Amino acid sequence: MKRSHEPVFWALFGAGGMLSALLGPVLILVTGIAVPLGWLDPDTLSAVRLQAALAHPLARLGLLGLISLFMFHGCHRLLHSLHDLGLPRWRWAPWLFYGAALLATLAAAALLLSL
Amino acid sequence: MSAGRPAPRAYVRPMRGWWRRNPYFVRYMLREASALWLTAYALTLLWGLWRLSQGPAAYEAWRATLATPLAIGLHAVGLGFVAYHAWTWFRVMPKTLPPLPLPARAITAAGLAATGLLTLLVLAWLR
Repeated sequence: MKRSHEPVFWALFGAGGMLSALLGPVLILVTGIAVPLGWLDPDTLSAVRLQAALAHPLARLGLLGLISLFMFHGCHRLLHSLHDLGLPRWRWAPWLFYGAALLATLAAAALLLSL
Repeated sequence: MSAGRPAPRAYVRPMRGWWRRNPYFVRYMLREASALWLTAYALTLLWGLWRLSQGPAAYEAWRATLATPLAIGLHAVGLGFVAYHAWTWFRVMPKTLPPLPLPARAITAAGLAATGLLTLLVLAWLR
C-alpha cells in the first residue's frame, strides 16, 4: 500500500491551528490595527526595534515558525475547501497549495538569514 | 448504487449553494473561510519581512501601506475571522485531543482562557 503523506500535513495544520488560535487575534490586533492607528507606540514596530529583536536567533526562529505554520494551516484548509465549493478534484491541487506554504517558508527563512 | 447508465430522468439533487441552506453549514463555511484571512496575514508578514530586508526606508513604506484605512479595515475583518477560528478551534478540541479525564467544557474553557491570557500579556508587554 502506498503510504499517505496526510499525517505530515495534518500535523502542520494542527500546529498552525493551535498557534493561530492562541496568538493570531492579538498579532493581527497589534500589527494591523493598534500600531497603525497609534493606540500603541508606533516605535513598537520600528525597523530599529524589529532588527534588534530579530538579532536573537530564537526570535528569528519564532517568526519563521509563525509564518510557516500559519501558511500550512491556511493552505491545508483552503485545499480541502475546494471540494466543499463543488470544484472538481484536480491532481495538482495539493502540490499548488502545500507548495505555496513551502515556498513561503523557504522565502521567510532566506530573508531571516539575510537580515 | 451500482455503476452503469443512470435511470432516465433520474433526479440529481443540486449541490450549488448547499451550505447556505442550513445555519450550521454557514458557520462551517465561515470557519473554513478564516483560512483565507490567516493565509493573507501570513503573506502580509512575509511581505513586511521582505521590505525590512531591503532597509528602513522600504520597511517604512510597508508600514505606511498598512496604515491606510483599507488595510486597517481588512485587518479588522481578518481579526474577526481569526478570532472565530480560535473560538471554533477550542470548541472542537475535546474531540481532537486524545481522551482526557476532563469534561469537554473544561478543555474548551482552558483553551479560550489561554488565548485571553496571552492576548493580555502581549498587550501589557507592549504598552
